[in-house]
Amino acid sequence: MDFLRPASWEEALAAKAEHPTAVPIAGGTDVMVEINFDHRRPEYLLDLNRVGDLYEWEVGEESVRLGASVPYTRIMENLRAELPGLALASHTVASPQIRNRGGVGGNLGTASPAGDAHPALLAAGAEVEAESVRGTRLIPIDDFYTGVKRNALAPDELIRAVHVKKADGPQQYSKVGTRNAMVIAVCAFGLALHPQTRTVRTGIGSAAPTPVRARIAEDFLNAALDEGGFWDNGKIITPSVAKQFADLCAAACNPIDDVRGTASYRRHAVGVMARRTLTWTWESYRGTTQQKGSVA
Amino acid sequence: MPTNGAPTKITQGSQTRGGIGESMLRPDGILKVTGEFAYSSDMWHEDMLWGQILRSTVAHAEIVSIDTSEALAQPGVYAVMTYDDLPTEVKNYGLEIQDTPVLAHGKVRHHGEPVAIVAADHPETARRAAAKIKVEYRELPVITDEASATAPDAVLVHENRDDHHIGHVSHPNIVHRQPIIRGDADEAAKKADVIVKGEYYFGMQDQAFLGPESGLAVPEEDGGVHLYIATQWLHSDLRQIAPVLGLPPEKVRMTLAGVGGAFGGREDLSMQIHACLLALRTGKPVKIVYNRFESFFGHVHRHPARLYYEHGATREGKLTHVKCRIVLDGGAYASASPAVVGNASSLGIGPYVVDDVEIEAIALYTNNPPCGAMRGFGAVQACFAYEAQMDKVAAQLGMDPVEFRKLNAMEQGTVMPTGQPVDSPAPVAELLRRVKAMPLPPERQWESSEGADVRQLPGGLSNTTHGEGVVRGIGYAVGIKNVGFSEGFDDYSTARVRMEVVGGEPVATVHTAMAEVGQGGVTVHAQIARTELGVAQVTIHPANTEVGSAGSTSASRQTYVTGGAVRNSCELVREKVLELGRRKFGTYHPAWATAELLLEGGKVVTDAGEVLADLVDVLGDEAVEIEAEWRHRPTVPFDLHTGQGNGHVQYSFAAHRAVVEVDTELGLVKVIELACAQDVGKALNPLSVVGQIQGGTTQGLGIAVMEEIIVDPKTAKVRNPSFTDYLIPTILDTPTIPVDVLELADDHAPYGLRGIGEAPTLSSTPAVLAAIRDATGLELNRTPVRPEHLTGNA
Amino acid sequence: MRVNFTVNGRPQEADDVWEGESLLYVLRERLGLPGSKNACEQGECGSCTVRLDGVPVCSCLVAAGQVEGREVVTVEGLAEYAKERACGTSCGTSLDEAKRWAAKGHDSQTGEGTELSPVQQAFIDAGAVQCGFCTPGLLVAADEMLEHNPNPTDADIREALSGNLCRCTGYEKIMDAVRLAAARQGEAV
Repeated sequence: MDFLRPASWEEALAAKAEHPTAVPIAGGTDVMVEINFDHRRPEYLLDLNRVGDLYEWEVGEESVRLGASVPYTRIMENLRAELPGLALASHTVASPQIRNRGGVGGNLGTASPAGDAHPALLAAGAEVEAESVRGTRLIPIDDFYTGVKRNALAPDELIRAVHVKKADGPQQYSKVGTRNAMVIAVCAFGLALHPQTRTVRTGIGSAAPTPVRARIAEDFLNAALDEGGFWDNGKIITPSVAKQFADLCAAACNPIDDVRGTASYRRHAVGVMARRTLTWTWESYRGTTQQKGSVA
Repeated sequence: MPTNGAPTKITQGSQTRGGIGESMLRPDGILKVTGEFAYSSDMWHEDMLWGQILRSTVAHAEIVSIDTSEALAQPGVYAVMTYDDLPTEVKNYGLEIQDTPVLAHGKVRHHGEPVAIVAADHPETARRAAAKIKVEYRELPVITDEASATAPDAVLVHENRDDHHIGHVSHPNIVHRQPIIRGDADEAAKKADVIVKGEYYFGMQDQAFLGPESGLAVPEEDGGVHLYIATQWLHSDLRQIAPVLGLPPEKVRMTLAGVGGAFGGREDLSMQIHACLLALRTGKPVKIVYNRFESFFGHVHRHPARLYYEHGATREGKLTHVKCRIVLDGGAYASASPAVVGNASSLGIGPYVVDDVEIEAIALYTNNPPCGAMRGFGAVQACFAYEAQMDKVAAQLGMDPVEFRKLNAMEQGTVMPTGQPVDSPAPVAELLRRVKAMPLPPERQWESSEGADVRQLPGGLSNTTHGEGVVRGIGYAVGIKNVGFSEGFDDYSTARVRMEVVGGEPVATVHTAMAEVGQGGVTVHAQIARTELGVAQVTIHPANTEVGSAGSTSASRQTYVTGGAVRNSCELVREKVLELGRRKFGTYHPAWATAELLLEGGKVVTDAGEVLADLVDVLGDEAVEIEAEWRHRPTVPFDLHTGQGNGHVQYSFAAHRAVVEVDTELGLVKVIELACAQDVGKALNPLSVVGQIQGGTTQGLGIAVMEEIIVDPKTAKVRNPSFTDYLIPTILDTPTIPVDVLELADDHAPYGLRGIGEAPTLSSTPAVLAAIRDATGLELNRTPVRPEHLTGNA
Repeated sequence: MRVNFTVNGRPQEADDVWEGESLLYVLRERLGLPGSKNACEQGECGSCTVRLDGVPVCSCLVAAGQVEGREVVTVEGLAEYAKERACGTSCGTSLDEAKRWAAKGHDSQTGEGTELSPVQQAFIDAGAVQCGFCTPGLLVAADEMLEHNPNPTDADIREALSGNLCRCTGYEKIMDAVRLAAARQGEAV
């Protein structure tokens, strides 16, 4: 095993180009477990800790450019307003110690369906900034997950940042685990209201081979909200609409039975979380619209 | 102190500070908070090697061949050993039945069985070498449950059994069977107005001590070996290790290294023999440290059990009879299975008065992971089931579950199903009364001005509910556990106590082989010595095999038995010191001959408080030292057909009330409070007593809602050997645990104390289950209960 | 490979480090600092918690090579770290402090005479230590929480310590200890 210690992003890209099998290590919260438990012996470890750019974020007009290694703790503390869904998701990650080390880049690189960030990124809308010595490209999050623990990165590419749309409405995130802290998701659900485009986006974790959106559920809800003029009148979403949305989210799952839970439970729980997060976000949205109304 | 002018008998030690009854702080506390306390995995030696174990990848198979040549050829590898390299004819070990191969011979019987061992100069070198050992297996069908174990054509897990249980079991895949028959349950059933039958399943729990199995074996010049080891019982290890090494016991020296928790999981050997074999083979010190993955294969677990119960009761709420059958899965090797069977059967109906009982407990040999000792063994599984039954009967009768229990609660004088009368306090009804009388925690504590605090809701930080679906439930349970080793076992301990003047002060040194595993025995031993010898300074000598056996740190027995031995030896030392004083100073004061003399505050005093001499002067340059064994009252084995016999030393009781909030839609549970009342006889160290009760309670919580080793029934392979998927409670899963300590002396025990470590683990689990049932209305006949069991998605 | 970094204020050099080694292994097996504990080596128990450039992390998940040039504080240096924090810069440079720490003698049996940080003392006084294997990690985590949240609520304490498993105590005495340390810290100010 070789330990590569690039001092800059350019050096990191060059190293990855030279050694495409090199495994990037930043927070180490996935890679080191595999090494400690003898599950993996990569030929090269590519340490990204010295690449300072990866720990920075910029808040732009439309979106946040979030460095791949920005620790979850920083996201929770600093980006709650801009990225509320991702901040909530960050808070569910493992333990304080892990949140101090791990970042979104690791979740994306590993692309485990259980990664906590994925549903929030899917719901918010995001693009992954991948770079190699050949150049930079932005991969839409919807195209990023290609299979179980597989992603759209080329062997010579590294994740530099993720561009996440700034919240234009309420966002929520829920995760089910069999413990009240420090737990891997049995399943997870992210939901974002986008009042500007009058759309709702979702993300489901740990209930399919990859993180997925519940597109049919989104389409249904977008139509129902539109039809009823909900975006304007701020009415309470009817229980039947919420239920159908929940059922469609559950139907979007393609889960398995494993030691963490049954497929049947995962479907059920995604439905419950879909209904609850819709209620929470919509109540929050109604609150803000009603406030605006009273001012106007 | 005398009150109301009444004379109070002055007892030895009542004037000496730091004695029994005080919450003295741990003598190892400073070392433990500074990181300097040397645990077994911290051992280090110049020039040491690292040992690695190669384990079977399948559960049941014949070993066709093992090829170690490539591993041996690796640079940095010093030794590779298999069964063929074992030095003597003794190649098995075991607590009671020597059925466990040091290294697999011809066959593996469970997933993760040791097949070969490697020593190398770096752990990674050892791991890579182990991976190069080629083992060819021919797989055999796996035995995983009672049906497959006892089928007429079942493959035998152990051929040619010759242990002392084989004569009374109906199938060679049954380790041990214990029936207990008292009265006539069938006849009594005719008087029952309600009969409740239930079938229960108790999952396989792991001790999950945090300090992994580890130790350092150092070869010695005389051809022997010195093992620094984390264990629960040095002398039991020694008895099993020495014959395999072909060494006389005196050439195997053992010193207790720091122990990072035990809970039963260190009662059996793990890496002890392997490290010694490699050290003797290479002539170099060898350290072995399991990682968490290996630890799940490296020690026995709590027996999973199927339990079948029938309870009958009259309309008035009196139990008529209990029938039960308890099937414990012992896995591939016997370990403590016979004792677990003894406890499960003899304590199978709980702390209740029932004259007509019919109990049967068996332990199976299967190809599942070996199961053995864990906190409260046998009694824990039974308590989960009989307490569920008690709630069901109460519900059928329309009675309050606590009142129903109190109506049937045993008390001092009650005769156990084994025929043994309970001859010390058994305040079962009082414990229930006390735990029920504690104030209930406020409702909806998660509500705050800023909305719901998810940390206080089911799901915790995962943000699954802001109050939706959340229902509160309350449940009660009480349990009975035996203290000490039962069934005729010679359960003694040894203490060496020395008194001498050091630096102008009288100092007592207490030397035992007791394994301090965190329970605080070392604190209590010093307190006993202060009380009995009236000195301030007590040194606790490191535990090793240079002193006689202390027995195991298990079965809630150490404060009773080794505490008893320390007291006994102190009393003998005191007599010798007084003798010395009489010899030196007897002529100066008549009280030396006539008065009752005590040692207090470093002085010899009369019972009237008159000082006769300083201990410094009495001792002078002499040291007084006694090593003596001490035994509690003997027990007898249970009759193999009727289960009758005074098999237990002492009983211990605890009751719990659980308050839970369940997200009924998602099936997530938050335990809000877990109150406990326990009789401890006499709290030698109240702070430690409460700590034990809270810790035991939390392990019971774990098995109620999350902890289970999951074994694939098709392959008998462990599916979750990690802390990622074997979950134990975090601080956010653990509620406040108010404790009400009752002190009713047991006159047969030292200071009237009662063993305390295990009882709180019993009733915690059924109390939590009862509370979840109360919240959900579900039957819930298995533990742990997982979210899918609460939502109907199992 | 060779790794140079600072541990408890003292520069350290580790040689012949295997590339897959963790910071935990280097501390324990190469630098003679076994206080950080090896309970799970998968980031699930917190027993190996150290501060890396001030931030609590699981040292089992930090590759040794990643700490090049960085500062680590372990439980062995916690008392000194807390003392420096309490008295600001007037206590001298960290290097001097570290040397004094290293030279300080104490009773090898019981550690009497050792200076302790408030949180260490509170863990002993409250009975929060049983087997003690989780204790070093809990101390580092609890000390760090009290540094930025001197008046934590119970829920704050539970959240901050939710990455540290304890199997002996049921956490109640640990809660007591952290409350005690916070109260004493408040009195001292």
